[in-house]
Amino acid sequence: MKKLMIVLALIVVFVIGAALLSSHKAEWSGVDDSVVKKFAEQAGRPPSEPYINIAQGDMELFFFLLAGIVGGFTAGYYYRELFPPNQKLVGHSTNV
Amino acid sequence: MSYLPLTVVALMAVTILGITAEPVYAMHISEGILPMGWAVLWFLASLPFVVLGLRNLRIRSEKEPHFKAMVGLVGAGVFVISCMPIPVPVAGTCSHPCGTGLAAILIGPSISVVVSSVALLLQALFLAHGGLTTLGANIFSMGVAGSFAGYGIFVLCRRMGLSFIVAAFLAGVLSDWATYATTSFILTGALHADTSFWKMFVTILLAFVPTQVPLGILEGFLSAGAYTFVHSRRPEYLGIFAKGGVA
Repeated sequence: MKKLMIVLALIVVFVIGAALLSSHKAEWSGVDDSVVKKFAEQAGRPPSEPYINIAQGDMELFFFLLAGIVGGFTAGYYYRELFPPNQKLVGHSTNV
Repeated sequence: MSYLPLTVVALMAVTILGITAEPVYAMHISEGILPMGWAVLWFLASLPFVVLGLRNLRIRSEKEPHFKAMVGLVGAGVFVISCMPIPVPVAGTCSHPCGTGLAAILIGPSISVVVSSVALLLQALFLAHGGLTTLGANIFSMGVAGSFAGYGIFVLCRRMGLSFIVAAFLAGVLSDWATYATTSFILTGALHADTSFWKMFVTILLAFVPTQVPLGILEGFLSAGAYTFVHSRRPEYLGIFAKGGVA
């Protein structure tokens, strides 16, 4: 229960912190804009539109949420396979 | 409690990716930036590492029953981590860790290249994150440079007698920095034209510094924490690596 509370507290802090940061006056743009795109444009090679352009309405949000869900649950699935819950761990030699 | 790790991973991933209203590409070189000749060159440069990784993946999967699951876990981790924009307050920008240093010390550098290639392909196809023509260059910077730098530093540190925690931390830090240094190199090679190569390389590299120095350190802590977790729970998963087996 204690661990659960710590994890929940961390998630709350993380979500609030991220929300505050996202509303900050700073640009918070990726280094793609501040570095890669800037130098590419200076050299006359600005980025072109991606072949599959998801920047239309809420499509972008949908795809990023989907990626998070799929990635997160895939990681969780394999985590449980590798580290089964309530498993009695036998002593292993720490040879690393 | 048994579902806690899964829930935490899912919540963090959804939260991080959901807050981002606009895609943040960070080290990913976007579509159209590299001239076709350079794009092909980086595909050719990455190809042998991908082939080697696929071969090693097959060999290790036959020998170690847990290995496919470990690759699946690491692959999902690299995919999420490498499209996760993290705000860096000191720079006022966002960037992402790569996860390839950690991947390399858990599953080996060549297989980490394969995992990175799949993650980058999915990001290019479905998240407009990177590009299809620049996929080879992105595989080389994040997959090849990040993985082999992280693995090399880890092995070097262990041979010098440093603890695995310090070695994993430095692997995370230096794999991140190696990735962005390689991205700078790739961009400079393709774009420098009449400008001095080294002058432009240093300029791009320095432009990454305010964001990537703190983020690299964060990636170091991530790598040390994850490696320590596996080492404490199931050290046998790291056994072949420790004995210098196929990596």
